Amino acid sequence: MAEELRTVEPASKEAFESLAREHIPRLYSAARRLTDEGAEDLVQECLLRAYRSFDTLADAEAGGAWLQAILVNAFRDRLRKESRTVKEVAVEEVDDFSLYRTIAEEDPFPYSDSLHVDFLRAFGKEDVRAVLMRLPDIYRAPLVLRYMQGFATKEIARLLDAPLGTILARLHRGRKLFERELWAYASETDLLEKEVAP
Amino acid sequence: MSQGERMIPCSDAVRQLWEYLDQALSPEDQAKVEQHLAFCRRCCGELEFAKELQAFLRSHEVEEIPPHVRERLERFVQNL
Repeated sequence: MAEELRTVEPASKEAFESLAREHIPRLYSAARRLTDEGAEDLVQECLLRAYRSFDTLADAEAGGAWLQAILVNAFRDRLRKESRTVKEVAVEEVDDFSLYRTIAEEDPFPYSDSLHVDFLRAFGKEDVRAVLMRLPDIYRAPLVLRYMQGFATKEIARLLDAPLGTILARLHRGRKLFERELWAYASETDLLEKEVAP
Repeated sequence: MSQGERMIPCSDAVRQLWEYLDQALSPEDQAKVEQHLAFCRRCCGELEFAKELQAFLRSHEVEEIPPHVRERLERFVQNL
């Protein structure tokens, strides 16, 4: 490993440090949404891999996206290493749930005239992360990559090394699970009570 | 879509709303959802909420990195 690291020229090292420093906060944010534990380790793994292959980065402008892709690769490899078997959620199990309808029917804020928006506003960043962590990795990862990191579905399929159809199906289930868990989390914690209080 | 073709039910439309917003449906299915939305007020509410949820996820993308974590990671890069 030390041999590989020594091959980086000082000018490249400086350029890499500058790129890494700029993107560390975003990489950390992404890692915290992809994984429950070890976000910092995941970013370190990403930076190490990026450093080793820095000479393959042709377009400096694309450095941010390049680092994000390496982070996802590192995350995918970590999942493989852990080789956890996750049971796929049957689509029928989640398809009937509608968060929109549930909020309207349960009416958690009777005095609100923007019920659905108020429901979402009750969630802080840590609450959203806690809800995401309730989802199995195979559903959370595509959801985070698509709707938080802005990757196209084809790119997600490539990065996670899965067929596009599988990613689309997991995105669908992931969205439904996310809706269901938002409601479950809000009901189990004091989130809704806090908002109802005058 | 031909005039004789039947409109899809609410359950089908709601199931496909995120894909509809992502323009990930086939042109035929995209048109079916659109046709349903033109007539169904409740599903338009679901559509607006789906948009809110997408914006909600985007808005929670970034979180503040604790200074000590940032410092450790920057030191890690320096020591590479």
